[in-house]
Amino acid sequence: MSNEQYSLNKGLAQMLKGGVIMDVTTPEQARIAEKAGACAVMALERIPADIRAAGGVSRMSDPKMIKSIQNAVSIPVMAKCRIGHFAEAQILEAIEIDYIDESEVLSPADDVYHINKRDFKVPFVCGARDLGEALRRINEGASMIRTKGEPGTGDIVQAVRHMRKMNAEIAKVSALREDELFEEAKRLQVPYELVKYVHENKKLPVVNFAAGGVATPADAALMMQLGAEGVFVGSGIFKSGDPEKRANAIVKAVTNYTDAKLIAELSEDLGEAMVGINENEIKLIMEERGQ
Amino acid sequence: MRIGVLAVQGAFIEHEKVMQSLGCDCVELRQKSDIVSLDGLILPGGESTVQNKLLHELDMFDALKDMIKGGVRTLATCAGLILLAEKISNDEKRAFATLPVTVKRNAYGRQLGSFRTRSDFKGIGDVDMTFIRAPYIEKVSADVKILSVVDQKIVGVEYKNQIGLSFHPELDKDDSIHRYFLNHT
Repeated sequence: MSNEQYSLNKGLAQMLKGGVIMDVTTPEQARIAEKAGACAVMALERIPADIRAAGGVSRMSDPKMIKSIQNAVSIPVMAKCRIGHFAEAQILEAIEIDYIDESEVLSPADDVYHINKRDFKVPFVCGARDLGEALRRINEGASMIRTKGEPGTGDIVQAVRHMRKMNAEIAKVSALREDELFEEAKRLQVPYELVKYVHENKKLPVVNFAAGGVATPADAALMMQLGAEGVFVGSGIFKSGDPEKRANAIVKAVTNYTDAKLIAELSEDLGEAMVGINENEIKLIMEERGQ
Repeated sequence: MRIGVLAVQGAFIEHEKVMQSLGCDCVELRQKSDIVSLDGLILPGGESTVQNKLLHELDMFDALKDMIKGGVRTLATCAGLILLAEKISNDEKRAFATLPVTVKRNAYGRQLGSFRTRSDFKGIGDVDMTFIRAPYIEKVSADVKILSVVDQKIVGVEYKNQIGLSFHPELDKDDSIHRYFLNHT
């Protein structure tokens, strides 16, 4: 990936800011998401809650299914490949996906190496639980970061934990003396230049979204107030009682995330939220995949 | 100078930073009550489908359309250009429809068709231009001034108080287009 391509890819993430990216499994759901105000959709065969329920190995989706979603909507279409599975990423690039999510939601294909995302022209988003993970993914070529959260649970606690940890570490790096940055780079296992960027700019060099466990307009507002620049909603929409209404409400809550009165109105009569499972009830911890 | 920046979705902070560096106050427009006493308006990049929907549902559409029609200087980039366009050749939906041009959405294809170039901008000279899933302008009415053409496609126009661009000057370091906008405000 040339520097110019990388800046274009970071630029697309900037255009998605203040928006909601929704998981969809069919062209019909994609159209509902677009109509409800999604700024992009994530095309996948099974949403995370169902991946959890089904168990087994989960892989990149059928390209035909992804193409049917690309044809159904005019907004950007993202798709997931397994961590380290660069051949799946090559396939997604070949069908001109707009963004690849190298995702812990799918079964990892490599337990040591992530994809060398610098080899690709197409942009990548990756999950991170803290500053070190985020900068390692950026060093590999990711042009957008999201919290890992704990996908498919409807439980926001992990996303909150990851966002707070990221914020605390960014604040710490910003406050260091310049001669302390070398040691910090060593500790985080990332290049000095990236640490220096965070020190000088008090933010990540790329856009940072919240993901994993967002189920209500209030969850979305919480993550935005904690500093997320936008929100991914996976199972939260199409696992709920009234997907269209809930999608609409979450979109508006992200735009006006500090207006509690409006969010109160938006939260009325949304029907049933996804049931959700607590952290201590789940067997499979996806956030620990790929570090 | 008080500039309103549409902040329902997209890359509005980037515009605010440029305008603040030029000494302007910026107001983020997220709902109707934010739209008061503005000297200029910026419609940023983002997803035009989302922005148009939220403009209506947050009850901002009419107030902003009146402002634009009333002559408040407006700078629109990428998705913003689509909001201003009178016609969209590959979409039935319209937004403000105050700029007499026909645009094509996602005219360069998907993200792999995004590109950067350097080209002439009328009254300024060569500027860097970043196109991201960009539209271009297929037709303009006779009274529309063409500001920039890239590969035989119109990518920048001016009509009365409105400037519409396919690309993103807010993503490049050069602030000359924002200064151009400000000098006419």
